[in-house]
Amino acid sequence: MLAKLWDLLRYRRLDREMDAEMRYHLESLEAEHRARGLSPEAARLAARRDFGGVSRTQEAHREQRSLPLLETLTRDVRLSLRSMRRAPVVTLAVLATLAISIGANTAIFSVVNAVLIKPLAYPDADRLISVSLASPVMRIDDLESAAYVYLTQRDQSRTLEGVGMWSLQAVNVTGREQPQRLMALRVTADILPVLGVEPLLGRHFTPADDEPGRRPTAVLMYGYWQRQFGGDPSVVGQTVTVDGAPHDILGVMPQRFRFLDQRAVDLIVPVQLDRARVFAGGFGWPSLGRLKSGVTIEQASADAARLLPIAADAFPVMPGFTRENLDGGEWQPLLLPLKQDVVGDAGNTLWIVMGTLGLVLLVACANVANLILVRTESRQRELAVRAALGASWGHIARGLLTESVVLGLAGGALGVAVAYAGVRVLLALGSSSLPRMDEIAIDRTVLLFACAVSLFSALLFGALPVLRHTRPHLAAALRAESRGAIGSREHLRARGALVVVQVALALALLVSAGLMIRTARELNSVDPGFTRPDVVQTLRVTIPASSWPDAEPVARRQQAILDGLAALPGVESAAYASALPLQPGVVQTDLLVTEGGRMSTEGELPQNRAFHMVSPGFFATMGTSLVAGRDFTWADLYDQRPVALISADLATREWGSPAAALGRRLRGGSNRNIWREVVGVVSDVHNQGVHEPAGRTVYLPALAALVVEQPAVVARSVSYVLRSDRTGTPDFLADVQRAVWAVDPELPLADVRTMGDYYGESLARTSLTLVLLAVAGAMALFLGVIGIYGVMSYAVSQRTREVGIRLALGAQREQVLGMFLRQGLVLTAIGMAVGLAGAIGLGRWMSSLLFGVSPLDPVTYAAVSAVLVVAAGVASYLPSRRATRVDPITALRVE
Amino acid sequence: MSKEVLQGTLDLMVLRTLESLGPQHGFGLAKRILQISEGLLDLNQGTLYPALLRLEQRRWIRSRWGTSDNNRKAKFYDLTARGRRQITEKTESWTLTVSVMDRFLREPAPEDR
Repeated sequence: MLAKLWDLLRYRRLDREMDAEMRYHLESLEAEHRARGLSPEAARLAARRDFGGVSRTQEAHREQRSLPLLETLTRDVRLSLRSMRRAPVVTLAVLATLAISIGANTAIFSVVNAVLIKPLAYPDADRLISVSLASPVMRIDDLESAAYVYLTQRDQSRTLEGVGMWSLQAVNVTGREQPQRLMALRVTADILPVLGVEPLLGRHFTPADDEPGRRPTAVLMYGYWQRQFGGDPSVVGQTVTVDGAPHDILGVMPQRFRFLDQRAVDLIVPVQLDRARVFAGGFGWPSLGRLKSGVTIEQASADAARLLPIAADAFPVMPGFTRENLDGGEWQPLLLPLKQDVVGDAGNTLWIVMGTLGLVLLVACANVANLILVRTESRQRELAVRAALGASWGHIARGLLTESVVLGLAGGALGVAVAYAGVRVLLALGSSSLPRMDEIAIDRTVLLFACAVSLFSALLFGALPVLRHTRPHLAAALRAESRGAIGSREHLRARGALVVVQVALALALLVSAGLMIRTARELNSVDPGFTRPDVVQTLRVTIPASSWPDAEPVARRQQAILDGLAALPGVESAAYASALPLQPGVVQTDLLVTEGGRMSTEGELPQNRAFHMVSPGFFATMGTSLVAGRDFTWADLYDQRPVALISADLATREWGSPAAALGRRLRGGSNRNIWREVVGVVSDVHNQGVHEPAGRTVYLPALAALVVEQPAVVARSVSYVLRSDRTGTPDFLADVQRAVWAVDPELPLADVRTMGDYYGESLARTSLTLVLLAVAGAMALFLGVIGIYGVMSYAVSQRTREVGIRLALGAQREQVLGMFLRQGLVLTAIGMAVGLAGAIGLGRWMSSLLFGVSPLDPVTYAAVSAVLVVAAGVASYLPSRRATRVDPITALRVE
Repeated sequence: MSKEVLQGTLDLMVLRTLESLGPQHGFGLAKRILQISEGLLDLNQGTLYPALLRLEQRRWIRSRWGTSDNNRKAKFYDLTARGRRQITEKTESWTLTVSVMDRFLREPAPEDR
């Protein structure tokens, strides 16, 4: 057997050898005949005669070499292709069903593979971790790391091979044609070595480059290098002006390099951390490390916990804080696999979508099994004849299964084509809401998956016909008059079971889709805290410290730009702020301390709150209502008055009501922070996302003195908001650009978008999940309805004779109709009962994706059930009505 | 008498020929078998080759390429240890068959009695 398999693999060579051997034989015979005196021609003929049929011998030789299994397999495949050709409609229906469901599963698997399964694209990525700190007592889940922790870990960790710290910073790059607003990644020198990446050109930072006071350097990302320098390799050694300071270009990163999921980074610059100015505190620096080989995350966490107090002792406490403040946080290290940190909670969505599409595949398999059952049924006689002629049980079973496998694989191949299209759709839908989307590809793993799914489906839908038909009731099957009636009851039961499964799965899937629809409606009905986001134009302008070191001139300049923008035709109102609602990016947070509020009366620990700096008129422009008190004035800014606005929820929480908050005082976490008076309360804004809690925000004037005896602080990077009906039109954007450059032609415009874009993005993942689940639910419903229709049609055709008799004996047509309808609805009811249990499980599983709706939402369940009952009713009614049109005479004469 | 070769007997003929003559190529084997059968056998010489392949797959004989008497490349077949054992076994069973058949054939048919 093995020898034969081996022979099979060297088929060509063996064929050549065989030819040579036979040629030798023939020539030898010929030579002998010639020696006996025959003419060459006669000798050749004689030799042929002696040898016998050459091609027959070759054939016999090849046959001896071949594998019988393979032979029968090819024959079975040929047979099944022929049988498929004979029933083109069924075959097409099966292939379409399989292609769509396998394709959908393959497409979503390619996303799961890229996002969740594939390791990050760094060497030994499983040893990479993110390092951050959490404070359960202050309810801070993740406050990244801090310089003092990083330095201590770098110098003293026993479990980490290396650790690095990074942050993102938008920078102004000037000196090349138009000024540009770019995204810079600031890193400590150890980050790129920790990730294990090498630059494409030049070198990356050495520890010396990272020392404070050194001439600044930069490494370019591939995309920026291509865009700005046309991929010129001589760029290494040139300079690029970042925020007014020339930086030497050290190197260029390779095309494939991504820093975590930060797709927008253009260049990398060293942090140049000054150890002498590092204090204990100052959190908010993301940090990542590489475990020594063989070290577990638990060991590394324990080690990091050991280092925290050592770190706190090694550095002076941040001015304005005490060691008690720091220790009161009870900081704990939070070490996670880097991949988990990058992927975040995308896994929830993806696994749920994958799971639901898997269920759709099951529904599809049930449908295909149904179709194949019908097909096999009509071939009952053929199979019985084959069995009678001596075909074994195994032979017939193998033949049937081969057909299913051929169908499955063909459907899978089509499915891969569908998946290619599906991936494009997913990329269009999901690129902004899922991480690592640029790594999606239909690669070998995905193709293997498609192949496995196809085979699995084939076995699934192929098993039923095999079980039902390989032991035909020979005698009965061969009797012509019983054609079609053989075991029809049994078959009906099998197909009824399939319908139950389909209805059950359809119900569960529709419920999940329904819950997502409800979630989307809930999210849409949430008042984000601002109005008509589509007509609010946004743009970000940053005034670098290198050209404007003092705070007040920056504020004056920002106001000058604002005046220019507000004067544009069509602009209703305009303002600016350090951060916009729903805008991704780092939000300034601080501990909030209040006077005379619940915090002091109940002794609660101060909690972390967002602090936004805003210009006068910001709330009016955004459409955020002023609940109590007044807005900021320009005098508040320039006189640096100690005032603040707070969101309504903070006012209520601390002092009972917005009105009661007016005149109260608050400050940041440091005891050197200046106490500020609450002059106004604004309604809650969903700054972090529509599904996140609203409010919890303190607003400061865009220019404010925050710390005693320290100069005032200004938000250097501010987003302007312009409420205008011209929002987004090209000539409006040109006007906006001209207005900014009229004040300073060196200032680049960034994030030129609309509030509507930000709003849409904050709902993007819900929209994606909704679309995918709705598609899955619709497919399941469609397949389920077809399934019911098929079974009912079959039942009616099987019982035509019976109906004829009933009608002849005086049954009313309504009774006959009711009889069949009842049958369909009973199946539906059973399926729905089973499906309810499944839906409850599915709903609980997906509860993390839901918003404002219970996984057991009665409205959804009722609506879905109603839809299913109506659909099933129609699907049973149409074939049932046919039964009532039966003419008793012809029905009785048939067969 | 039909001069066709009985299935299975060709195998034994090949094995015996290889035993007595040593390594042979296909042409030599065919010639030798025809020679011994003295024209009683109607052997299409090509029929030999599938049989040779079958014996090789059973590892009763093995083959290698060599040079023939007339200095040409030819495939030579040779007995394996397994093949030698088969000769003994097959010869025994063949002798047994022959003697049994012989007895049957000598016995007068019932109708004749």
